[in-house]
Amino acid sequence: MKVMSALLAVIILLLIVIIGVGAGKLHYLFGVIIPYFAIAVFLIGMILRVLRWAGAPVPFRIPTTCGQQKSLPWIRPAKADNPSNLVGVVGRMAAEVFFFRSLFRNTKMELKGGPKIVYGANKWLWAGALVFHYSFLVIFIRHFKFFAEPVPYFVTVTQNFDSFFQVGLPMLYLTDIAIVLALGYLFFRRLVVPQMRYLSMPGDYFPLLLIGTIATTGILMRYFDKVNIFAVKELGIGLLSFHPVAPTGIGLLFYIHLFFVSTLIAYFPFSKLVHLAGVFMSPTRNLANNNRMKRHINPWNPKVKVHTYEEWEDEFRHVMKDAGMPLEKEPVEEVKE
Amino acid sequence: MAEKMKKPDEMSRIEYTPAKEDWFDPQVKIRRGVYNYPANPKSSAYLDLPNVHKWSPLDDDWHLPDNWKEIITEGFRDRLKRFRSLKIFMDICVRCGACADKCHFYIGSGDPKNMPVVRAELMRSIYRNDFTTMGKILGRIAGGRKLTKDVIKEWFLYFYQCTECRRCSVFCPYGIDTAEITMMGRELLNLLGLDIDWITTPAANCFRTGNHLGIQPHGFQDSVDFAVDDLADNTGVRVEAPVNKKGAEILFVVPSADYFGDPHYFGFMGYLALFHEIGLDYTFSAYASEGGNFGLFHSNEMMKRLNAKIYAEAKRLGVKWILGGECGHMWRVLNQYMDTMNGPADFLEEPVSPITGTKFENAKSTKMVHICEFTADLIKHGKIKLDPSRNDHWRVTFHDSCNPARGMGLFEEPRYVLHNVCNYYHEMPENTIREQTFCCGSGSGIGTDENLEMRLRGGFPRANAVQYVKDKYDVNLLTCICAIDKATLPPLLEYWVPGVEVAGIHELVGNALIMTGEKDRTTDLRNTPLAGKEAVEHV
Repeated sequence: MKVMSALLAVIILLLIVIIGVGAGKLHYLFGVIIPYFAIAVFLIGMILRVLRWAGAPVPFRIPTTCGQQKSLPWIRPAKADNPSNLVGVVGRMAAEVFFFRSLFRNTKMELKGGPKIVYGANKWLWAGALVFHYSFLVIFIRHFKFFAEPVPYFVTVTQNFDSFFQVGLPMLYLTDIAIVLALGYLFFRRLVVPQMRYLSMPGDYFPLLLIGTIATTGILMRYFDKVNIFAVKELGIGLLSFHPVAPTGIGLLFYIHLFFVSTLIAYFPFSKLVHLAGVFMSPTRNLANNNRMKRHINPWNPKVKVHTYEEWEDEFRHVMKDAGMPLEKEPVEEVKE
Repeated sequence: MAEKMKKPDEMSRIEYTPAKEDWFDPQVKIRRGVYNYPANPKSSAYLDLPNVHKWSPLDDDWHLPDNWKEIITEGFRDRLKRFRSLKIFMDICVRCGACADKCHFYIGSGDPKNMPVVRAELMRSIYRNDFTTMGKILGRIAGGRKLTKDVIKEWFLYFYQCTECRRCSVFCPYGIDTAEITMMGRELLNLLGLDIDWITTPAANCFRTGNHLGIQPHGFQDSVDFAVDDLADNTGVRVEAPVNKKGAEILFVVPSADYFGDPHYFGFMGYLALFHEIGLDYTFSAYASEGGNFGLFHSNEMMKRLNAKIYAEAKRLGVKWILGGECGHMWRVLNQYMDTMNGPADFLEEPVSPITGTKFENAKSTKMVHICEFTADLIKHGKIKLDPSRNDHWRVTFHDSCNPARGMGLFEEPRYVLHNVCNYYHEMPENTIREQTFCCGSGSGIGTDENLEMRLRGGFPRANAVQYVKDKYDVNLLTCICAIDKATLPPLLEYWVPGVEVAGIHELVGNALIMTGEKDRTTDLRNTPLAGKEAVEHV
């Protein structure tokens, strides 16, 4: 099964870091070199990826129109779902990026007896995806505290919001629970729903397992097997200021966490995770439906062979004459031998 | 047809749980009823298409050219360079599955490869294997698949089980448009000479004579004359319908089925009546006697070749602007491609309605206005007299055709017209109309007799929504603004929802239109007695 190869990959990664750090004591490699390498791969990979996309032209303006067009002045257009100008496009993209607008439309089709097809609202995927992405973002922001001293204000604010209920010590972050639930949902739907199992590939399970491991190790370090925060922060600040120190005295759990984060970062540009950047460049969403107002230019607009009016009239002149149709040229009487 | 068609009962027993198979290993089961005949080599040759040859989808050997692999790989590479859409859509799909149950072919067949994501994966897997670093190194684990002849067969089957309707694209969080992928897939297949007849032959006809059916200019003139006669018989008013008239203000372009197909023809009579009544100075063209563009279903180059006639003819005739009739994919081309491909139309003027003075600002570059925009504007300004009770024998619903819906956003204009020309109007359920509308199942060149089973399956969701309004409101007329709909929905409804007819909006406009000097109208344009009039006649 495809989930098995993803699981296998994760196990191999685990073994690598356990052997490397636990047995090999390669702290510098896993704490400094690999993270730097991963970030370099990410940056270069993503830039190249985006440049490659940008290098391909957009020959046609092909927005998917999901609402009323702008036409007659007394008909109200759907400004975001069918944008006719840049403001509309920005609105549409914002709705897409921040609220997953299109996914919010999701329905579930069911065939009942009769036969009767019914379509129900189905917001689970939308909710799961939204919770996952926003939790990820908050956790990402929270992690800035390991890279800066004093801790930036926006990080503190984020932390405070995240520990809103102020339970437990250390205080429980809501996103820690949320991301685990969301990941679980996103993972198990692929295994349980037959259609999802059919279409899912190793590349779908793998990032979920990676992030799952990262979240699990993170949670373990915060609430259970507490890690030496000062050593972690020393490493973080060292990495960011390009004066890395080989950290010791941090447990294996941390190295698993860091190694999986590095793997995720390095894996990004080569996987479906590039949707992070790609969503902004999707021609069905980021273009206005103003084709008839403003000409769109195709840089490679091909020369094609057409059938001209003259050629056409040449072929049909006689029958057109007989039918009394207007002509450009009168037919020449053929001289019969 | 040799085999007997399954009954609706049996056809609608659909298994959605996929069999325990891996789509990665191509298993091509091409059977009768679910594919289209290959192109007539004569048509392909007329259009100078590559690798023209005789072959059959049912044979093992499709007689591909020796260097078929190289042709596909190079063709793929070339298109990745030319189309950002393709490149992005190959890279960013996360297989979330939101599109899966949005496809009418999946709903109607349960075939998991008709889930748009998997249909696209048929191509993506080749992309990953041949064009990405991960795929080159890791192969199968990275989702890469080797290009084999079976993959080509699979492409042929499934890229012609997609009507490029774009419904899945509405639901995709990244806007991935299966139509784009299908279009590219078909372009690649064409390179191997694997095009289908109901696309290539109409395209060849259109290229030569000006319309799909291959009707020659005098034939076109005849059918326009017939319509004028029929309209005179029906209404008592004899109208002018100029063809190739130089110096007319407006060139009017319709899909060719409008003057040859049934029920399109009644809508055609409606246009004629309307233009006469408002005194529009317009002309048809026999050279550009086709707005429908089967090139769209073939390749962007073919689309351009066929579409070129419209501007060329507008220029030759010296018109000010162009008006377009009721047609779905024609309007996808006119709205999203024409100006880019064959513009700029700087020899035309920004369209202004000569009757109301309305400037069609939304068409100021392309200079082409949709008939529903035009008529809605007329009605809004009270420029025509309408008697909607002449459509009281109809309980009407409206089917948003895919292309005006998702390639344009033409939702309110046709509804406004309908609300003014008929008294009984009911919408189908909201998940089946407007941007979520369901395809007729026969668009994009696959509306052939040999493909009937797949068409009936693909049209099942649409028909089922019609069933709903028929049961609830006694709806007996499905209106639409697409020539392919008008041709293919009647047999579809006859199969799934007998008793519901199909009509264009301008047929109802023609019925309701009170014409100066008309006789006492006792029948509609179909010569069916009007409500209230039938009793008088039969007593």
